Parts: sequence; structure tokens; C-alpha cells
Amino acid sequence: MASETRKPSQGEALSPERRRFMGRLSIALSAVAAAIVGVPVVGFILGPLLVTDKDVWRPVGAVDTFKAGETVSVSFLDPSPMAWAGVSAMTAAWLRRLESGDFVAFAVNCAHLGCPVRWLPKADLFMCPCHGGVYYADGSVAAGPPPRGLFKYPVRVREGQVEILASAVPIE
Amino acid sequence: MVIRKLFRQAVDAFEERTGLIKFFGDVMKHPVPPNTGWWYVFGSAVLVAFMMQVVTGIALATRYVASSGSAYQVLEFITYKAVLGNFLRGMHFFGASAMILLVGIHMIQVFLMGCYKYPREFNWLSGVMLLFITVAMGFSGQLLRWDQTAVWATVLAAEMLGRTPFIGTYLARFLLGGKTLGGATLSRFFAFHVFFLPAAIFALVALHLYLVIHDGISAPPVPGEKVNPKTYRAEYEKLLEERGVPFWPDAAWRDVVVAFAVVVTIASLAYFVGPPKLGGPPNPSLLANDPRPDWYMLWYFAVLALLPRGMESVFMVAAPVAAIVFLLLVPVLWNKGERHPSRRPWAVAAVIMIVLSIVAFWIEGSISPWSPKFDAQPLSAALVGTTSPPIVAGGQLFHDKGCEFCHTIDGHGGMRGPDLTEVAHRLSVDDIRIRIANGGGNMPSFAGILTHDELDNLVAFLESRTTLPPGETSSAAGPAAVAQSDSTRAVDGRKP
Repeated sequence: MASETRKPSQGEALSPERRRFMGRLSIALSAVAAAIVGVPVVGFILGPLLVTDKDVWRPVGAVDTFKAGETVSVSFLDPSPMAWAGVSAMTAAWLRRLESGDFVAFAVNCAHLGCPVRWLPKADLFMCPCHGGVYYADGSVAAGPPPRGLFKYPVRVREGQVEILASAVPIE
Repeated sequence: MVIRKLFRQAVDAFEERTGLIKFFGDVMKHPVPPNTGWWYVFGSAVLVAFMMQVVTGIALATRYVASSGSAYQVLEFITYKAVLGNFLRGMHFFGASAMILLVGIHMIQVFLMGCYKYPREFNWLSGVMLLFITVAMGFSGQLLRWDQTAVWATVLAAEMLGRTPFIGTYLARFLLGGKTLGGATLSRFFAFHVFFLPAAIFALVALHLYLVIHDGISAPPVPGEKVNPKTYRAEYEKLLEERGVPFWPDAAWRDVVVAFAVVVTIASLAYFVGPPKLGGPPNPSLLANDPRPDWYMLWYFAVLALLPRGMESVFMVAAPVAAIVFLLLVPVLWNKGERHPSRRPWAVAAVIMIVLSIVAFWIEGSISPWSPKFDAQPLSAALVGTTSPPIVAGGQLFHDKGCEFCHTIDGHGGMRGPDLTEVAHRLSVDDIRIRIANGGGNMPSFAGILTHDELDNLVAFLESRTTLPPGETSSAAGPAAVAQSDSTRAVDGRKP
């Protein structure tokens, strides 16, 4: 009698076709649900790759404050500072005023691996503390492992101010 | 008695509903091969170090603020003001160091004893992934120490990723959280360091331990006992049946002893040595910096300095890929046969070669002879050793023109170039002059930097670098040096 009462429940078992369909439906629904959550999450994390921040001209000082033939460090805000970035939004360049009066701005990053190069005014050389890269005053490679000369930023003079085009970290 | 009875009933009720006591009891007492010994303790030691990292990391996270603008001040607070903050930072740092060191030792032990062979190939693969994630944890942790070194290490990592063909710039921007280092960078590393990577470690450790239980701990290798996938499981089951011992406590006591030693060592180092000192604030416009990676990456730092020029891009991309592929292929290529190291000389030789290479590069990295010695002071009058004006002027030029940053004289100066203490023994006046003017190798050309008089003075100074008495010359010097053997006379013969 007990076995007879269980028979209807056995009859409720899914047919093979329906079982296959329900299995596939479950997998499909799970995949769609995962995509609904996953796509925006991945998009958010990869967001920085999709945003194209424009480079920005930053004033770094009055023209007259830079002497011809001298190279000095100038600091300025990076092109896309965030409100909570604090001092990490600062960046720098080595600015050289040529005898002709023109300006050249070199990235402070060594072309080898990005370490901050130092200018040695008496030696007229840039030297990198990390792996010993050396550059001449014009930014060309003098010695060591750098595969190329120092990167340069565009420079312009506007209303008596020297401006540097703040750009991405030079990566090649 | 009543309390005891109630407690017993509560435990029984819990067990009846969960089965966890029996489950963990079975796991702890599962049979393992006999005589596993002290070589088998490193896996659990890594796990203990990781647990320490989780605990100390959670504690540090209760104070840490993952904001590029505030993290440095928070770190100063944790280090100098928070109760036990400095100690906890030390525990976290040395815990990370212990984890990396012990992962390496564990991997070497598994490799040398052939424990990765059938049927434990997947455990090796999960271990390889854990190795790289552990290194990633260490690196991202160094960056959370948001100071000058962290900032420049981030730039360095972005530059390295940037060398990847086609997608390098995207990878670098993904790392930085934009096209520059700034507000998005630190929170990104924080998320990876405390969420993504630990989640991956938890999942892989769970898999690793499950496989340890599923396939069992490998028996100590015996010369001549080869792994045959067709018969291995039956032989292993037979070994456990006949001579197996319960993991707890027969084998586990050694793990506990070593775990205790690991905890005490880490705590002692944290107390007596302390965490790495904070560098300057994370301001990328401060350029007087000398970035160095933490100790475990110092060897790679050295490799990048010593590679032939032009090889970096290939090496930085190809070497990690090759290392990963090789490690993943190890159990695929050699999953059977001899396990004992005495029967696998190439395996032993490979480990010795890799360890010695890393140690050699590590020593070289810690010396960093290629780095200019920016803090070199001008040579004293005693070192210059004369009042001759050209030589004195040359000695000053030796410092001012940066020569001293790369060359040593009497123990003063850098090590990038040759020691010039006795350069007059080796090079003639003309050789010195030509070398300074033309440069060569890792030396810049000073032809466009020095005036004629400056070059004369500098040559005079270098020509005076000899330990030979006046009037004598070294036979090693070239003909030009012999022709001008008396350096003092030669110098005095010039106009300053």
C-alpha cells in the first residue's frame, strides 16, 4: 500500500527530453545571471583603459626665472589629478632653457625602466640611480642600459609663462 | 557533572547535524606513509605564514586608508603612534618574507623528491600558481607601503609591463589605474592585495589541501623505486595499509614544531629588527630617490641591470612566460620514473644552478655596483696627496664631473667603472686622455663636457694615481706611460 502511494511521485519525474531542457535552461540562466553581474564588474575594473583623458598644459614658471643653458626640475600636476590623490598627483620634468631661448622639457623617467633620473649640473649629465643609465644634456644616451634617449614633453610659452604638456607616464 | 552532560549533548547534537567533528577527525587521522621526517614540514610552514599574514593583514586593514592622498600619513600613524602598530607592520613584512622563502624551499623539496610525479601533477600545478600569486602579494604589499619607493616601484612595474608587445600600454594603464600614477593607483593595489589575490590563494590552498588528502602524502623517495602510473595507487594503498601512521600526531608534531619556530622567528624579527623604514612621501616630483625592490626581488633587479643592452624587452616578457611554461610542464614531461634525487642528477643540477644564480644575482643586487654613488664626497687633501695646482684641480673635477660617482679611488667613490686608485700603472697619459674624451662601454664621452684645461687637470690627477715612488713606472703601463714615467714631473710641466 505504501509503495502504491509513492507511485504518483515517481510519475512526476521529468522525462529525459524535459530533463535535458531543464538542465540546459539552468545553465543558460546561470550564465546570463553571471554576465549581468560580471560584465559591469569587469567593465568597471578595466575602465581606466577605456577613458581617454586629454593632456593638459601646465604652467611651470615665468620665462624670466629660467636661465639660458641651465637645466632645472619643475613640478606640476599630472593631466588627470583626482581629488583624493594628494601629492601623488604631482609630477615633474627637467626643463632646459637653450642658449637660443627655446625650452626643452625632459621626462624625469629613465628610458630604461622609469626610475627618476638626476641632473648633475657640474657634469652636464643626467644619471639614473637604479641601473646606471647616463644621458647627455640634450637627453641622448651617454652610457648604460637605456635603449633610447629621455622622453620629451611639448613645451610652449603663453603670456610669459612656460607651459609643459602634462601627459601620460612615458611608456614604450 | 550536569554541565559536562549538557556539553556532551550539545556536542552530539552539533555533530549529528553537521558531521564536522568526524570529518575533521578523519582528515587529521588519515594514514600517511611512515618516516616522512623533517623534509615534509615546509608546506604547513607556508600555510602558517599565510595564516599569520591574513590575521596581521586584517588587523592592519582596520587602520589603513587606501587613499593615495592619505595612506602615507596613515602609515606614519601606524608606525609611530598606533599601539603595537610598528610591531604588527614588522610581523606582516617578515610574514611575507617567510612565506616567499618557505614557498621556494617547499617547491625545491617537492621537486627534488619527485613528489610532483603521478598522481600529484595537479597539486604541483596549483602550487606553481600559488608561488606566483605569493610573489604578486609581496609586490602589491610593498606598494601599499605608499612611500617614495612604492611610487617608483609602481612606475617600474608599469614600464616593464609596457614592454609587452601589442598590449603593453594597456597592461601598464591597467596597473596604474589610468595613464598616470595617482588617485586610482593605490586603491587598485589595495583591492588586489586584500581581495582578489587572497581569494585566489584561499581557493588554491583549498584545492591544494584537498588534493593532499585525495592523493595522499607522497612517501619518501627510495632509489630504484620508480613511479609507474599503472601500479602506483595499488602500491601506495598497500604501503598505507601495512605501514601507514595517522597524520595526527605521528607526522603532524613536526609541522607544529616548525610552525611554532616560524611564528617565533617572525615575531622576533618584527620586534628586534622592525618593518622597513618609511621613505619620503609618495610625491613623484621628488627626484632625489634611489628606488630598490624588497629583498626577494633584488635578484631580478640585478638581472635587469646586467642584461646586455637591448635585451631587456625580450627578457622582461619572455623570461617570466618561459618560467611559467617550464614549471607547468614539469609534471607533464616527467610524471613517472625515479623520484630519488640520487637517481636524478639533472634535477639536482638544475636546482643548484637556479639557487646559485639567484643568490649570486641577489648579492650583486644588494651591492648594486652599477648605481652611481651620488653621496660621494670630494676627495680629501690627504687622498689627493699633493698641493700641485693641476692635480688638486683635477681631484675636484673628478668629483664635480661625476667621475667619482662611478669610479673608486682609495676606497672612495662608486663601483660602476674600474677602480682608479692605481690607474697610472695601467694606462698611459694618452690612454687616459682618449678614454675620458671618447668614453666607451658604460662611460660617457666627456669631449663635449670638459674644457681643454679641465681635461689636462683631470688627466694630471689620474696620472698621479700611483703607489710607485716618483721616478718608477709599472711595466704594465703602455709606452706612452713609460715615456712620461715621472708623473709629478709630467704634471708640473703643464700650465694649470
